[in-house]
Amino acid sequence: MKNKVILFILCLLAGIAAYPVVFLIVGSFMNSDMLYSYLSPVLIDGEGYASWGLFPWNFSLKSYIELLVDAPSFFVMFWNSIKIVMVILVGQMIIAIPAAWGLAKYTFPLKKVIYFVYIVLMLMPFQVLMLPEYLVFDRISLVDSHLSVILPCIFSTFPIFIMQHLFSKIPNEVIEAAKLESANDFQVFIYIGLPLGKQGIISALVLGFLEYWNLIEQPLAFLKDKTLWPMSLFLPNISIEEIGIAFVTSIIAFVPCGLVFVFGRGYLEQGITVVTKKE
Amino acid sequence: MLPSLIGVICILVIPYINVIFYAFINVWNRKFVGFDNFKRVILNDSFQLAAYNSLKFIVTCIPILLVLSLIIAVYLHEHVAAITNTFKSIFLFPLSIPVVSIVLLWRLLFDDQGFLNGIFNTFSIKGVDWINSKYSFGILVFSYLWKNLGYSIVLWLAGLSTIPKQIYEAARVDGAGDKECFCYITLPNLRSTLFVTMVISIINSFKIFREAYLLAGDYPNKSIYMLQHLFNNWFRDLDIEKMSAGATLLSIILLVPIVALYKCWNTKE
Repeated sequence: MKNKVILFILCLLAGIAAYPVVFLIVGSFMNSDMLYSYLSPVLIDGEGYASWGLFPWNFSLKSYIELLVDAPSFFVMFWNSIKIVMVILVGQMIIAIPAAWGLAKYTFPLKKVIYFVYIVLMLMPFQVLMLPEYLVFDRISLVDSHLSVILPCIFSTFPIFIMQHLFSKIPNEVIEAAKLESANDFQVFIYIGLPLGKQGIISALVLGFLEYWNLIEQPLAFLKDKTLWPMSLFLPNISIEEIGIAFVTSIIAFVPCGLVFVFGRGYLEQGITVVTKKE
Repeated sequence: MLPSLIGVICILVIPYINVIFYAFINVWNRKFVGFDNFKRVILNDSFQLAAYNSLKFIVTCIPILLVLSLIIAVYLHEHVAAITNTFKSIFLFPLSIPVVSIVLLWRLLFDDQGFLNGIFNTFSIKGVDWINSKYSFGILVFSYLWKNLGYSIVLWLAGLSTIPKQIYEAARVDGAGDKECFCYITLPNLRSTLFVTMVISIINSFKIFREAYLLAGDYPNKSIYMLQHLFNNWFRDLDIEKMSAGATLLSIILLVPIVALYKCWNTKE
């Protein structure tokens, strides 16, 4: 009996966790009359309260078509998002993988100090680092360009933290064995480090994607030109004309993250739990 | 290793130190002013409001989040893997929903004439304008819990999985019940997990600015005007002295849990 109650509460909470996406999908397929009749109290300050249906009975793709045809500004933002996220992730991999490998497998002076600084920088919120970053970009006049958002993220120390943890789990014996076979350091890294550390790399990518698709603080602070803004800052007005578009943008913004989640869930979990592991 | 180090030092470390240095000078005539900038920040009304709200947010959210997720994690941990995994996925799912998408629902849900007040109305309870009143704080708390519950559950489960089953079996043999097992085995063994989860949750709580900003803009209701808004507004006015002092102050406060976390990672049990 007690277990049944807990299970019921759990299902209820799970429903709350998952329902918003259902809501957005349903809304994106409703035609405008139906959206209007449900939401008019919010949209035009009519009488009564907004209500909602569980299923788009008047199924319509009109909102999608409207967005695709009539909203050029949306495309600009969509591609801005794609560009920012992709450049960051590729850049991160180029910078972070060797760095993580170095931290995990080599000893060098000041290693402990560097590692500590990296962790501090990883955990500091953006508000602390905002001014320092801005002053640099101002000096090299990169403010108001995508690079000002991208560069700090490329040098983020978070992926290094995740990857070095998984790299350090590779036993040293394997590396020594490879060296006996006269492999040089670079070959060890390419043929042993990368394949065995693959999980950590993918974890970092999955977490990175979800994080950078949601960038709000950085573009808001560094990009004054709104044509450079990514989709994470796109907020259509909740008005009668635009409510359909609002639903569709929500869905389109969600789809890439949804796909990453479905295919990368295990890696996501692994990336999250890295913080609980001791060295 | 080298490229990362150079980048990190140039873009983050040196400017960071530079800013700490700015915190102690008058930026216009470069004179050393000691702690004057700090004094101005601390005595500033908006700073006090923002600091109070941020602190209140952390103090409200973190205990609810930790307790709720621990209860769910303990329950899931005792069940077969299939159920655990399904629920874990569902609870993690909100992490993948972009803030910009979810804000649409929050706006319709919490509007003056939105869904929530509609539901209240059917029970003849008078609703409130959630977004533009002091209740907006509640929206943020809800939003934070909704998003981070799965994250904490996963962390707790990772901690629970490290407790050897034999301890429980031995305790059972000695006649311990569910309650004793939980209080004397589970809780003490989860101490380091509790600490890690807490620090990570506090750090994550700074990201609530995203929801707050997309819901209510630069100058929201007083109850959700947080440090993040304040920094943003200082930034817009390029108030370098206040920002430097504020950033330094915030760094010092956050350094305490961060150093503790670092120590926790580096001690072997």
